[in-house]
Amino acid sequence: MPAVSFQNVSKTFATARGELHALKGVSFDIEPGEFFGLLGPNGAGKTTLISILAGLSRASSGRVLVHGADVQSDFAEARRQLGVVPQELVFDPFFNVREALRFQSGYFGIQHNDDWIDELLDGLGLADKANANMRQLSGGMKRRVLVAQALVHKPPVIVLDEPTAGVDVELRQTLWAFVSRLNKQGSTVLLTTHYLEEAEALCHRIAMLKLGQVVALDKTSELLKRAVATQLCFKTDQALPPALAAQARVTGRVVRLPAQDAAAVERLLAQLREQGIAIEDIEIRKADLEDVFLDLMSGHQETSA
Amino acid sequence: MKGWTTLFYKEVLRFWKVGFQTVAAPVMTAILYLLIFGHVLESHVEVYDGVGYTAFLLPGLIMMSVLQNAFANSSSSLIQSKIMGNLVFILLSPLSHRAWFLAYVGSSMVRGMVVGAGVLLATFWTAHLSFAEPLWILTFALLGSALLGALGVIAGLWAEKFDHNAAVTNFVVQPLALLSGTFYVIDNLSPAFQQVSRVNPFFYVISGFRFGFLGQSDIGATNQAVLHGALGLGLLNAVLAYITYRILKSGWKLKG
Repeated sequence: MPAVSFQNVSKTFATARGELHALKGVSFDIEPGEFFGLLGPNGAGKTTLISILAGLSRASSGRVLVHGADVQSDFAEARRQLGVVPQELVFDPFFNVREALRFQSGYFGIQHNDDWIDELLDGLGLADKANANMRQLSGGMKRRVLVAQALVHKPPVIVLDEPTAGVDVELRQTLWAFVSRLNKQGSTVLLTTHYLEEAEALCHRIAMLKLGQVVALDKTSELLKRAVATQLCFKTDQALPPALAAQARVTGRVVRLPAQDAAAVERLLAQLREQGIAIEDIEIRKADLEDVFLDLMSGHQETSA
Repeated sequence: MKGWTTLFYKEVLRFWKVGFQTVAAPVMTAILYLLIFGHVLESHVEVYDGVGYTAFLLPGLIMMSVLQNAFANSSSSLIQSKIMGNLVFILLSPLSHRAWFLAYVGSSMVRGMVVGAGVLLATFWTAHLSFAEPLWILTFALLGSALLGALGVIAGLWAEKFDHNAAVTNFVVQPLALLSGTFYVIDNLSPAFQQVSRVNPFFYVISGFRFGFLGQSDIGATNQAVLHGALGLGLLNAVLAYITYRILKSGWKLKG
């Protein structure tokens, strides 16, 4: 039985400008123990899909199962299986960290949970903040509490919705070390992130969403193989000739051009020389997930999932 | 412990942690009403035979505080956690709609009763109250606080900003509370206003509650008369509870 099963999930919002189809028949399964990445640009439908999974929103059609429990008709069981870390940095200003975690345990019917709460606090570097009021915590600390709150009931499926947006390096490392440990111990992890290097490093499998549809769904290693094998990277202050600009990816001074092999690299360099373009910091590198992502999102590849 | 008791306890702790604002302040307001109206009107207003104006006013003030605070508790808790976003922690939990209802209405009843008890303790010595029918005191306190606790849940769910919530408080709950016979005997009103009072449920809550303290009230001076009021309120509570429960179950204003 899959840990999470999205079955033909669609979501339509009524807006002032007519109907908005946020999700159009999304279907895929996440197997138990997987570290699964859900990627896509803003507006692709990632958060809508997570909200439906978490029971915060209802699908217009289709259904979502967590370990076989329907998130609507069997919501109590589905939510016991799920630990969701919300994207927004929310907190209850009336209580301290330990109180927040005890209440969250109680909502799941768990009493005397202090041993596990202490383990969570230790693992997330919050041990010295247990009695601090939520209002006194920095943004990063609040984010850690959100993670702890999602895990108080030891859910087999952990959902992290953009957990590292705007957080510092130290927290990112603490968080990934902790979540990776839980994953190794058997937890299923569903991650949405904008940081593609994180997804590449952590996720076994990745689904990419675009305009409410799955445009890619594969093992991370397989997705990487789809990318053009190598790239020529360099920096320049000058404008590229149109023929090169059309295939280049430019970020500030940094230019990346696809180059399949050594001969292609030579041709590109010759063209640049002929145009009198001065380049520096030349490098030949392998394509990464970002390249696959950009390729898919710009519509160069179409893959049905 | 079932999940709802945690939510109930959290909701009680929430208001208790800011007790100056949620308990002491309304007690103080009631004392000021008592000082001003009691002092000014004691020798001018005739109520029931053998009952001074202050003794008449006190149960009304206590119940008004119960009602206002029961409403304030559930409505302000919900709108706050909606705006702060922390309602998500409850939405992500397996708590049922029944659990939500019990916790939010129950904690509102506790807040209403705690404030009511505070007003009573601070003021009972200022007038002669016979506590003729203590069971009716308790019954109407329960009925009134449950009614307003449930109304507060609906208002808190409906409100999208603090302004909406304040509008319900100031334009619905306050007028109904102040125009319910807290400060006057409705026999002194014009017939039209008497009729208006008689369709105001708060009037029955306050009158029945007052009967418990004085053995007399605007809805009669017999157990029979008050029983009718209690049954009517019980029915209204049942209907409102059903509506609140259905609203919670539907996910209205909570789920997109």
